Amino acid sequence: MVWEIGVILKVVIIFTWALITVLYITLLERKESALIQDRIGANRAEVLGLRLNGLFQPFADALKMFFKEDYIPPFVDRPFYLLAPMVALVFALIPIGAVPLADKITLEGREFSLSVVNSGVGVVLILSLLSLAIYGVILGGYGSRNKYGLVGGMRATAQIISYEIALGLSLVGVLLVFPSLDLNEIVHMQNRYILKGWVPLWGIILQPLAAVIFLIAGMAENKRVPFDLPEGESEIIGYFLEYSGMKFGMFFVADFVEVLLLAALFTTFFLGGYNPPWLFPDGFHFPWGGSLLLSSLWVRVIQFITFNIKLWIMVWFLLLVRWTYPRYRFDQLMELGWKNLIPLSIFNIILTAGVLAVIK
Amino acid sequence: MRLFWEAVKGLGVTTKHLVRNLWKFSLYYVGLSKDKGVVTLEYPEERREAFPRVRLRHRLLRREDGRLRCVACYMCATACPSQCIYIEAEEDPDHPLEKRPKQFIIDLGKCAYCGFCVEACPEDALRMDIHIPELAEYRKDNLIYDIKKLTEYEEGSNN
Repeated sequence: MVWEIGVILKVVIIFTWALITVLYITLLERKESALIQDRIGANRAEVLGLRLNGLFQPFADALKMFFKEDYIPPFVDRPFYLLAPMVALVFALIPIGAVPLADKITLEGREFSLSVVNSGVGVVLILSLLSLAIYGVILGGYGSRNKYGLVGGMRATAQIISYEIALGLSLVGVLLVFPSLDLNEIVHMQNRYILKGWVPLWGIILQPLAAVIFLIAGMAENKRVPFDLPEGESEIIGYFLEYSGMKFGMFFVADFVEVLLLAALFTTFFLGGYNPPWLFPDGFHFPWGGSLLLSSLWVRVIQFITFNIKLWIMVWFLLLVRWTYPRYRFDQLMELGWKNLIPLSIFNIILTAGVLAVIK
Repeated sequence: MRLFWEAVKGLGVTTKHLVRNLWKFSLYYVGLSKDKGVVTLEYPEERREAFPRVRLRHRLLRREDGRLRCVACYMCATACPSQCIYIEAEEDPDHPLEKRPKQFIIDLGKCAYCGFCVEACPEDALRMDIHIPELAEYRKDNLIYDIKKLTEYEEGSNN
Protein backbone atom coordinates (compact mmCIF):
# COMPACT_ATOMS: atom_id res chain seq x y z
CA MET A 1 0.00 0.00 0.00
CA VAL A 2 2.76 2.41 0.92
CA TRP A 3 4.42 1.50 -2.36
CA GLU A 4 1.34 2.36 -4.45
CA ILE A 5 0.75 5.65 -2.65
CA GLY A 6 4.42 6.45 -3.10
CA VAL A 7 4.21 5.85 -6.84
CA ILE A 8 1.16 8.13 -7.24
CA LEU A 9 2.75 10.78 -5.04
CA LYS A 10 6.02 10.79 -6.94
CA VAL A 11 4.24 11.12 -10.29
CA VAL A 12 2.26 14.12 -9.03
CA ILE A 13 5.23 15.71 -7.29
CA ILE A 14 7.71 15.26 -10.13
CA PHE A 15 5.40 16.66 -12.81
CA THR A 16 4.37 19.55 -10.56
CA TRP A 17 8.05 20.22 -9.96
CA ALA A 18 8.66 20.10 -13.72
CA LEU A 19 5.83 22.49 -14.57
CA ILE A 20 6.74 24.98 -11.83
CA THR A 21 10.35 24.87 -12.99
CA VAL A 22 9.12 25.54 -16.52
CA LEU A 23 7.09 28.54 -15.30
CA TYR A 24 10.18 29.95 -13.66
CA ILE A 25 12.25 29.27 -16.77
CA THR A 26 9.89 31.66 -18.57
CA LEU A 27 10.54 34.22 -15.85
CA LEU A 28 14.30 33.65 -16.08
CA GLU A 29 14.08 34.11 -19.84
CA ARG A 30 12.32 37.44 -19.44
CA LYS A 31 14.65 38.66 -16.70
CA GLU A 32 17.87 37.41 -18.27
CA SER A 33 17.05 38.84 -21.70
CA ALA A 34 16.10 42.11 -20.02
CA LEU A 35 19.38 42.39 -18.15
CA ILE A 36 21.38 41.45 -21.25
CA GLN A 37 19.62 44.27 -23.09
CA ASP A 38 20.04 46.78 -20.21
CA ARG A 39 16.38 46.62 -19.19
CA ILE A 40 14.67 45.51 -15.97
CA GLY A 41 12.06 43.06 -17.20
CA ALA A 42 8.60 42.24 -15.90
CA ASN A 43 8.34 43.38 -12.29
CA ARG A 44 4.73 44.48 -11.79
CA ALA A 45 2.86 41.29 -10.90
CA GLU A 46 1.68 41.71 -7.35
CA VAL A 47 0.28 39.31 -4.76
CA LEU A 48 -1.06 40.93 -1.55
CA GLY A 49 1.08 43.98 -2.18
CA LEU A 50 4.24 41.92 -2.59
CA ARG A 51 6.10 42.49 -5.81
CA LEU A 52 9.50 40.90 -5.18
CA ASN A 53 10.70 42.28 -8.51
CA GLY A 54 8.31 40.14 -10.55
CA LEU A 55 8.52 36.78 -8.81
CA PHE A 56 4.80 36.12 -9.38
CA GLN A 57 4.85 37.09 -13.04
CA PRO A 58 4.76 33.48 -14.39
CA PHE A 59 1.43 32.86 -12.64
CA ALA A 60 0.00 36.04 -14.09
CA ASP A 61 1.16 34.94 -17.53
CA ALA A 62 -0.39 31.50 -17.12
CA LEU A 63 -3.66 32.99 -15.89
CA LYS A 64 -3.78 35.34 -18.85
CA MET A 65 -3.15 32.46 -21.24
CA PHE A 66 -6.05 30.48 -19.74
CA PHE A 67 -8.57 33.29 -20.09
CA LYS A 68 -7.71 34.29 -23.64
CA GLU A 69 -10.18 33.59 -26.41
CA ASP A 70 -9.51 30.21 -27.97
CA TYR A 71 -10.41 30.76 -31.61
CA ILE A 72 -10.43 27.84 -34.06
CA PRO A 73 -10.35 29.05 -37.67
CA PRO A 74 -13.13 27.48 -39.81
CA PHE A 75 -10.77 26.12 -42.48
CA VAL A 76 -8.51 23.97 -40.28
CA ASP A 77 -8.29 20.20 -40.28
CA ARG A 78 -9.98 19.83 -36.91
CA PRO A 79 -8.69 16.50 -35.55
CA PHE A 80 -5.06 17.24 -36.40
CA TYR A 81 -5.39 20.86 -35.34
CA LEU A 82 -6.72 19.87 -31.94
CA LEU A 83 -4.29 17.00 -31.48
CA ALA A 84 -1.07 18.85 -32.34
CA PRO A 85 -0.56 21.00 -29.19
CA MET A 86 -1.27 18.05 -26.93
CA VAL A 87 1.20 15.86 -28.78
CA ALA A 88 3.84 18.58 -28.63
CA LEU A 89 3.40 19.12 -24.90
CA VAL A 90 2.94 15.51 -23.79
CA PHE A 91 5.91 14.11 -25.68
CA ALA A 92 8.09 16.93 -24.39
CA LEU A 93 6.95 16.34 -20.81
CA ILE A 94 7.12 12.52 -20.62
CA PRO A 95 10.92 12.15 -21.10
CA ILE A 96 11.44 14.29 -17.98
CA GLY A 97 9.88 11.39 -16.09
CA ALA A 98 12.83 9.21 -17.03
CA VAL A 99 15.44 11.55 -15.55
CA PRO A 100 16.46 10.52 -12.03
CA LEU A 101 16.19 13.41 -9.56
CA ALA A 102 17.92 11.59 -6.70
CA ASP A 103 19.26 8.15 -5.81
CA LYS A 104 16.94 5.18 -5.27
CA ILE A 105 15.47 4.62 -1.83
CA THR A 106 14.21 1.42 -0.24
CA LEU A 107 10.47 1.17 0.42
CA GLU A 108 8.85 -2.00 1.79
CA GLY A 109 11.99 -3.93 0.99
CA ARG A 110 11.93 -2.95 -2.67
CA GLU A 111 13.90 -0.36 -4.58
CA PHE A 112 11.91 2.82 -5.13
CA SER A 113 13.40 5.13 -7.76
CA LEU A 114 12.93 8.86 -7.51
CA SER A 115 12.01 9.26 -11.16
CA VAL A 116 8.62 8.58 -12.70
CA VAL A 117 9.88 5.87 -15.03
CA ASN A 118 12.46 3.47 -13.64
CA SER A 119 13.54 1.98 -16.90
CA GLY A 120 16.61 -0.11 -17.61
CA VAL A 121 16.70 1.43 -21.08
CA GLY A 122 16.10 5.07 -20.12
CA VAL A 123 18.40 6.45 -22.80
CA VAL A 124 16.53 4.65 -25.58
CA LEU A 125 13.20 5.69 -24.09
CA ILE A 126 14.22 9.34 -24.04
CA LEU A 127 15.58 9.29 -27.58
CA SER A 128 12.44 7.63 -28.96
CA LEU A 129 10.10 10.03 -27.15
CA LEU A 130 12.18 12.97 -28.35
CA SER A 131 11.71 11.87 -31.94
CA LEU A 132 7.96 11.56 -31.34
CA ALA A 133 7.86 15.18 -30.15
CA ILE A 134 8.24 16.51 -33.70
CA TYR A 135 4.83 15.07 -34.62
CA GLY A 136 3.22 17.89 -32.68
CA VAL A 137 5.01 20.41 -34.83
CA ILE A 138 4.29 18.63 -38.11
CA LEU A 139 0.63 18.05 -37.26
CA GLY A 140 0.29 21.67 -36.16
CA GLY A 141 1.70 22.95 -39.44
CA TYR A 142 -0.31 20.52 -41.53
CA GLY A 143 -3.58 20.75 -39.62
CA SER A 144 -3.62 24.55 -39.77
CA ARG A 145 -4.17 24.37 -43.56
CA ASN A 146 -2.00 27.42 -43.86
CA LYS A 147 0.95 27.75 -46.21
CA TYR A 148 3.18 29.47 -43.67
CA GLY A 149 2.24 26.95 -41.02
CA LEU A 150 3.04 24.13 -43.40
CA VAL A 151 6.40 25.69 -44.31
CA GLY A 152 7.19 25.95 -40.61
CA GLY A 153 6.23 22.33 -40.07
CA MET A 154 8.36 21.15 -42.99
CA ARG A 155 11.34 23.16 -41.80
CA ALA A 156 10.96 21.65 -38.34
CA THR A 157 10.82 18.15 -39.79
CA ALA A 158 13.98 18.58 -41.85
CA GLN A 159 15.83 20.26 -39.01
CA ILE A 160 14.88 17.90 -36.21
CA ILE A 161 15.41 14.73 -38.23
CA SER A 162 18.90 15.84 -39.25
CA TYR A 163 19.92 16.86 -35.76
CA GLU A 164 18.46 13.74 -34.17
CA ILE A 165 21.27 11.76 -35.80
CA ALA A 166 24.00 13.93 -34.30
CA LEU A 167 22.21 13.84 -30.93
CA GLY A 168 22.01 10.05 -30.92
CA LEU A 169 25.57 9.56 -32.17
CA SER A 170 27.01 11.90 -29.55
CA LEU A 171 25.28 9.82 -26.88
CA VAL A 172 26.90 6.68 -28.27
CA GLY A 173 30.25 8.07 -27.13
CA VAL A 174 28.85 8.58 -23.64
CA LEU A 175 27.44 5.07 -23.61
CA LEU A 176 30.83 3.67 -24.57
CA VAL A 177 32.41 5.34 -21.55
CA PHE A 178 29.55 4.57 -19.17
CA PRO A 179 28.33 1.21 -20.45
CA SER A 180 24.71 1.25 -19.33
CA LEU A 181 21.38 2.41 -20.73
CA ASP A 182 20.02 3.05 -17.24
CA LEU A 183 20.24 6.76 -16.40
CA ASN A 184 20.65 5.99 -12.71
CA GLU A 185 23.60 3.72 -13.49
CA ILE A 186 25.15 6.40 -15.74
CA VAL A 187 24.93 8.87 -12.87
CA HIS A 188 26.50 6.34 -10.49
CA MET A 189 29.38 5.69 -12.87
CA GLN A 190 30.15 9.42 -13.00
CA ASN A 191 30.71 9.42 -9.25
CA ARG A 192 34.32 8.24 -9.59
CA TYR A 193 37.39 10.42 -9.15
CA ILE A 194 40.83 10.76 -10.67
CA LEU A 195 43.97 12.75 -9.76
CA LYS A 196 43.96 11.64 -6.10
CA GLY A 197 40.22 12.14 -5.88
CA TRP A 198 40.19 15.82 -6.86
CA VAL A 199 38.59 15.66 -10.31
CA PRO A 200 35.25 13.86 -10.75
CA LEU A 201 34.97 11.64 -13.82
CA TRP A 202 31.97 13.47 -15.22
CA GLY A 203 30.85 12.99 -18.79
CA ILE A 204 32.05 16.45 -19.75
CA ILE A 205 35.61 15.54 -18.72
CA LEU A 206 35.67 12.14 -20.43
CA GLN A 207 33.66 13.21 -23.48
CA PRO A 208 34.11 16.97 -24.08
CA LEU A 209 33.48 16.68 -27.82
CA ALA A 210 30.29 14.68 -27.27
CA ALA A 211 29.16 17.31 -24.75
CA VAL A 212 29.53 20.13 -27.28
CA ILE A 213 27.80 18.13 -30.03
CA PHE A 214 24.99 17.10 -27.67
CA LEU A 215 24.48 20.69 -26.58
CA ILE A 216 24.36 22.10 -30.13
CA ALA A 217 22.18 19.28 -31.47
CA GLY A 218 19.90 19.57 -28.45
CA MET A 219 19.51 23.31 -28.97
CA ALA A 220 18.64 22.62 -32.62
CA GLU A 221 16.20 19.99 -31.43
CA ASN A 222 14.22 22.34 -29.23
CA LYS A 223 13.87 24.92 -32.02
CA ARG A 224 14.99 28.00 -30.15
CA VAL A 225 16.77 31.03 -31.41
CA PRO A 226 19.98 30.16 -33.16
CA PHE A 227 17.92 27.38 -34.77
CA ASP A 228 14.42 28.84 -34.75
CA LEU A 229 13.72 28.43 -38.46
CA PRO A 230 10.48 26.48 -37.88
CA GLU A 231 9.23 29.48 -35.96
CA GLY A 232 10.99 32.18 -37.98
CA GLU A 233 8.83 34.90 -36.48
CA SER A 234 10.03 37.66 -38.76
CA GLU A 235 9.16 36.02 -42.11
CA ILE A 236 6.86 33.03 -41.50
CA ILE A 237 5.13 32.91 -38.15
CA GLY A 238 5.73 29.20 -38.06
CA TYR A 239 3.81 26.07 -37.29
CA PHE A 240 1.64 27.66 -34.56
CA LEU A 241 0.47 30.51 -36.78
CA GLU A 242 -3.23 29.58 -36.57
CA TYR A 243 -3.24 28.82 -32.86
CA SER A 244 -4.53 31.10 -30.15
CA GLY A 245 -5.28 31.03 -26.45
CA MET A 246 -4.28 27.99 -24.47
CA LYS A 247 -3.49 25.94 -27.60
CA PHE A 248 -0.75 28.39 -28.47
CA GLY A 249 0.13 28.34 -24.77
CA MET A 250 0.69 24.60 -24.95
CA PHE A 251 3.13 24.98 -27.86
CA PHE A 252 4.82 27.77 -25.94
CA VAL A 253 5.10 25.72 -22.77
CA ALA A 254 6.31 22.72 -24.79
CA ASP A 255 9.21 24.88 -25.98
CA PHE A 256 10.23 25.64 -22.41
CA VAL A 257 9.68 22.06 -21.30
CA GLU A 258 12.19 21.09 -23.97
CA VAL A 259 14.64 23.61 -22.55
CA LEU A 260 14.17 21.98 -19.15
CA LEU A 261 14.51 18.53 -20.69
CA LEU A 262 17.71 19.42 -22.52
CA ALA A 263 19.19 20.93 -19.37
CA ALA A 264 18.17 17.87 -17.33
CA LEU A 265 19.62 15.45 -19.88
CA PHE A 266 22.87 17.41 -20.16
CA THR A 267 23.14 17.43 -16.38
CA THR A 268 22.53 13.70 -16.22
CA PHE A 269 24.88 12.67 -19.01
CA PHE A 270 27.69 15.18 -18.66
CA LEU A 271 27.58 17.00 -15.31
CA GLY A 272 27.40 14.05 -12.97
CA GLY A 273 23.61 14.02 -12.58
CA TYR A 274 22.27 14.52 -9.09
CA ASN A 275 25.58 13.89 -7.32
CA PRO A 276 27.57 16.86 -6.10
CA PRO A 277 31.33 16.23 -6.07
CA TRP A 278 32.48 13.80 -3.35
CA LEU A 279 28.99 12.76 -2.19
CA PHE A 280 28.74 9.01 -1.68
CA PRO A 281 25.75 6.98 -0.41
CA ASP A 282 26.91 7.42 3.20
CA GLY A 283 27.90 11.10 3.00
CA PHE A 284 30.72 13.32 1.83
CA HIS A 285 34.28 12.00 1.60
CA PHE A 286 36.56 14.88 0.72
CA PRO A 287 39.91 14.39 -1.04
CA TRP A 288 41.67 16.44 1.63
CA GLY A 289 40.84 13.74 4.12
CA GLY A 290 37.77 14.98 5.92
CA SER A 291 34.42 13.31 5.68
CA LEU A 292 30.88 14.24 6.64
CA LEU A 293 28.59 11.30 7.28
CA LEU A 294 24.94 11.88 6.52
CA SER A 295 21.76 9.86 6.87
CA SER A 296 20.16 8.40 3.75
CA LEU A 297 17.38 11.01 3.74
CA TRP A 298 19.81 13.94 3.88
CA VAL A 299 21.82 12.45 1.05
CA ARG A 300 18.64 12.37 -1.11
CA VAL A 301 17.77 15.96 -0.20
CA ILE A 302 21.28 17.17 -1.07
CA GLN A 303 21.13 15.21 -4.33
CA PHE A 304 17.81 16.80 -5.31
CA ILE A 305 19.09 20.31 -4.51
CA THR A 306 22.30 19.65 -6.42
CA PHE A 307 20.32 18.44 -9.41
CA ASN A 308 18.28 21.64 -9.37
CA ILE A 309 21.38 23.83 -9.11
CA LYS A 310 23.09 22.11 -12.03
CA LEU A 311 19.82 22.27 -13.97
CA TRP A 312 19.47 26.01 -13.45
CA ILE A 313 23.06 26.63 -14.46
CA MET A 314 22.39 24.76 -17.69
CA VAL A 315 19.10 26.60 -18.25
CA TRP A 316 20.89 29.89 -17.67
CA PHE A 317 23.50 28.92 -20.25
CA LEU A 318 20.88 27.84 -22.81
CA LEU A 319 19.01 31.11 -22.41
CA LEU A 320 22.27 33.04 -22.69
CA VAL A 321 22.93 31.33 -26.01
CA ARG A 322 19.39 32.05 -27.12
CA TRP A 323 19.81 35.78 -26.45
CA THR A 324 23.29 36.04 -27.96
CA TYR A 325 23.21 34.59 -31.46
CA PRO A 326 21.22 35.50 -34.56
CA ARG A 327 19.40 32.84 -36.55
CA TYR A 328 21.09 30.45 -38.97
CA ARG A 329 20.16 30.42 -42.64
CA PHE A 330 18.65 27.11 -43.70
CA ASP A 331 21.63 25.98 -45.82
CA GLN A 332 24.00 26.91 -42.98
CA LEU A 333 21.82 24.91 -40.61
CA MET A 334 21.94 21.82 -42.80
CA GLU A 335 25.67 22.28 -43.37
CA LEU A 336 26.32 22.49 -39.63
CA GLY A 337 24.24 19.40 -39.00
CA TRP A 338 25.29 17.09 -41.81
CA LYS A 339 28.80 18.26 -42.66
CA ASN A 340 30.12 19.16 -39.21
CA LEU A 341 28.26 17.61 -36.31
CA ILE A 342 27.60 14.13 -37.74
CA PRO A 343 31.20 13.53 -38.96
CA LEU A 344 32.49 14.94 -35.66
CA SER A 345 30.29 12.62 -33.63
CA ILE A 346 31.36 9.61 -35.71
CA PHE A 347 34.98 10.69 -35.18
CA ASN A 348 34.24 10.91 -31.47
CA ILE A 349 32.85 7.37 -31.42
CA ILE A 350 35.90 5.98 -33.24
CA LEU A 351 38.30 7.91 -30.99
CA THR A 352 36.54 6.79 -27.81
CA ALA A 353 36.35 3.17 -28.93
CA GLY A 354 40.02 3.22 -29.95
CA VAL A 355 41.17 4.70 -26.64
CA LEU A 356 39.04 2.22 -24.69
CA ALA A 357 40.45 -0.69 -26.72
CA VAL A 358 44.02 0.48 -26.06
CA ILE A 359 43.39 0.91 -22.32
CA LYS A 360 41.82 -2.54 -22.00
CA MET B 1 38.03 27.27 -35.16
CA ARG B 2 38.30 31.06 -35.53
CA LEU B 3 34.50 31.22 -35.91
CA PHE B 4 34.13 29.17 -32.77
CA TRP B 5 36.30 31.66 -30.89
CA GLU B 6 34.19 34.54 -32.21
CA ALA B 7 31.05 32.76 -31.01
CA VAL B 8 32.55 32.41 -27.53
CA LYS B 9 33.45 36.12 -27.59
CA GLY B 10 29.80 36.87 -28.38
CA LEU B 11 28.74 34.94 -25.30
CA GLY B 12 31.27 37.02 -23.37
CA VAL B 13 29.61 40.28 -24.45
CA THR B 14 26.15 39.20 -23.31
CA THR B 15 27.53 37.76 -20.09
CA LYS B 16 29.31 41.05 -19.39
CA HIS B 17 26.06 42.99 -19.76
CA LEU B 18 24.17 40.42 -17.69
CA VAL B 19 26.63 40.40 -14.81
CA ARG B 20 27.12 44.17 -14.74
CA ASN B 21 23.40 44.93 -14.81
CA LEU B 22 22.61 42.18 -12.31
CA TRP B 23 25.20 43.54 -9.88
CA LYS B 24 24.20 47.18 -10.25
CA PHE B 25 20.46 46.51 -10.18
CA SER B 26 20.75 44.22 -7.16
CA LEU B 27 22.60 46.95 -5.24
CA TYR B 28 19.94 49.45 -6.33
CA TYR B 29 17.09 47.11 -5.41
CA VAL B 30 18.27 46.56 -1.85
CA GLY B 31 18.95 50.28 -1.55
CA LEU B 32 22.74 50.33 -1.38
CA SER B 33 23.25 52.33 -4.54
CA LYS B 34 21.52 55.08 -6.47
CA ASP B 35 22.78 53.84 -9.83
CA LYS B 36 20.23 51.60 -11.49
CA GLY B 37 22.57 50.38 -14.20
CA VAL B 38 19.70 49.78 -16.62
CA VAL B 39 18.04 52.30 -18.90
CA THR B 40 14.45 51.44 -17.95
CA LEU B 41 12.31 54.19 -16.45
CA GLU B 42 9.36 52.73 -14.54
CA TYR B 43 6.92 55.17 -16.05
CA PRO B 44 4.11 56.08 -13.70
CA GLU B 45 6.51 56.45 -10.77
CA GLU B 46 9.52 57.74 -12.67
CA ARG B 47 9.32 60.32 -15.42
CA ARG B 48 11.91 61.67 -17.71
CA GLU B 49 12.35 65.41 -17.71
CA ALA B 50 10.74 66.81 -20.86
CA PHE B 51 13.10 68.37 -23.36
CA PRO B 52 13.10 72.18 -23.09
CA ARG B 53 11.58 72.76 -26.50
CA VAL B 54 8.69 70.31 -26.13
CA ARG B 55 5.27 72.01 -26.48
CA LEU B 56 2.15 70.01 -25.76
CA ARG B 57 -1.36 70.83 -24.54
CA HIS B 58 -2.81 74.21 -25.40
CA ARG B 59 -4.31 76.54 -22.88
CA LEU B 60 -5.99 79.93 -22.84
CA LEU B 61 -4.75 82.53 -20.39
CA ARG B 62 -6.81 85.04 -18.49
CA ARG B 63 -6.25 88.71 -17.73
CA GLU B 64 -5.82 89.94 -14.19
CA ASP B 65 -9.55 90.64 -13.86
CA GLY B 66 -10.37 87.08 -14.92
CA ARG B 67 -11.53 87.74 -18.46
CA LEU B 68 -9.94 85.75 -21.28
CA ARG B 69 -7.07 87.46 -22.95
CA CYS B 70 -8.30 86.20 -26.29
CA VAL B 71 -9.92 88.88 -28.44
CA ALA B 72 -11.16 86.48 -31.14
CA CYS B 73 -8.95 87.97 -33.81
CA TYR B 74 -8.75 84.68 -35.77
CA MET B 75 -4.95 85.01 -36.18
CA CYS B 76 -4.32 81.57 -34.69
CA ALA B 77 -7.05 79.94 -36.75
CA THR B 78 -5.56 81.53 -39.87
CA ALA B 79 -2.01 80.44 -38.99
CA CYS B 80 -3.01 76.88 -38.15
CA PRO B 81 -1.74 74.48 -40.83
CA SER B 82 -4.01 71.70 -39.62
CA GLN B 83 -7.06 73.98 -39.48
CA CYS B 84 -7.99 72.56 -36.14
CA ILE B 85 -8.98 75.85 -34.41
CA TYR B 86 -12.58 77.02 -34.60
CA ILE B 87 -13.49 80.43 -33.15
CA GLU B 88 -16.84 82.15 -32.92
CA ALA B 89 -16.67 85.81 -31.86
CA GLU B 90 -19.15 87.89 -29.96
CA GLU B 91 -19.23 91.34 -28.40
CA ASP B 92 -18.23 91.52 -24.78
CA PRO B 93 -21.40 92.72 -22.94
CA ASP B 94 -19.44 94.31 -20.09
CA HIS B 95 -16.91 96.14 -22.23
CA PRO B 96 -18.52 97.47 -25.40
CA LEU B 97 -16.38 97.63 -28.54
CA GLU B 98 -14.32 94.66 -27.35
CA LYS B 99 -14.60 91.23 -28.93
CA ARG B 100 -14.37 87.98 -27.06
CA PRO B 101 -14.63 84.36 -28.15
CA LYS B 102 -18.07 82.82 -27.79
CA GLN B 103 -16.59 79.50 -28.74
CA PHE B 104 -12.92 78.60 -28.96
CA ILE B 105 -12.38 74.99 -29.96
CA ILE B 106 -9.08 73.23 -30.66
CA ASP B 107 -9.29 69.70 -32.01
CA LEU B 108 -6.14 68.14 -30.56
CA GLY B 109 -6.79 65.06 -32.67
CA LYS B 110 -6.00 67.15 -35.74
CA CYS B 111 -3.37 69.39 -34.16
CA ALA B 112 0.22 68.89 -35.29
CA TYR B 113 1.65 70.69 -32.21
CA CYS B 114 3.62 73.04 -34.47
CA GLY B 115 3.14 76.07 -32.20
CA PHE B 116 2.24 78.49 -35.01
CA CYS B 117 -0.94 79.52 -33.17
CA VAL B 118 1.12 80.57 -30.16
CA GLU B 119 3.48 82.54 -32.40
CA ALA B 120 0.59 84.21 -34.19
CA CYS B 121 -1.31 85.34 -31.11
CA PRO B 122 -1.02 89.13 -30.67
CA GLU B 123 -2.46 89.11 -27.16
CA ASP B 124 -0.28 86.31 -25.71
CA ALA B 125 -3.55 84.57 -24.93
CA LEU B 126 -2.65 81.11 -26.19
CA ARG B 127 0.22 79.08 -24.84
CA MET B 128 1.30 75.46 -24.79
CA ASP B 129 2.17 73.35 -21.75
CA ILE B 130 5.41 71.49 -21.36
CA HIS B 131 4.92 69.07 -18.48
CA ILE B 132 1.80 67.03 -19.24
CA PRO B 133 2.44 64.42 -21.92
CA GLU B 134 -0.63 62.33 -21.07
CA LEU B 135 -3.05 63.47 -23.76
CA ALA B 136 -4.32 60.02 -24.79
CA GLU B 137 -8.07 59.45 -24.78
CA TYR B 138 -10.28 56.51 -25.55
CA ARG B 139 -12.59 58.60 -27.79
CA LYS B 140 -11.68 61.18 -30.38
CA ASP B 141 -14.49 63.40 -29.11
CA ASN B 142 -12.62 63.85 -25.84
CA LEU B 143 -9.73 65.41 -27.73
CA ILE B 144 -11.86 68.34 -28.87
CA TYR B 145 -11.03 71.01 -26.31
CA ASP B 146 -13.43 73.93 -25.74
CA ILE B 147 -12.90 77.08 -23.65
CA LYS B 148 -13.72 75.28 -20.42
CA LYS B 149 -11.12 72.58 -20.94
CA LEU B 150 -8.54 74.98 -22.35
CA THR B 151 -8.70 77.20 -19.29
CA GLU B 152 -8.39 74.34 -16.81
CA TYR B 153 -4.75 73.66 -16.19
CA GLU B 154 -2.40 73.12 -13.34
CA GLU B 155 -0.56 76.24 -12.30
CA GLY B 156 2.74 74.38 -12.07
CA SER B 157 2.65 73.46 -15.71
CA ASN B 158 3.37 77.05 -16.71
CA ASN B 159 6.26 77.55 -19.08
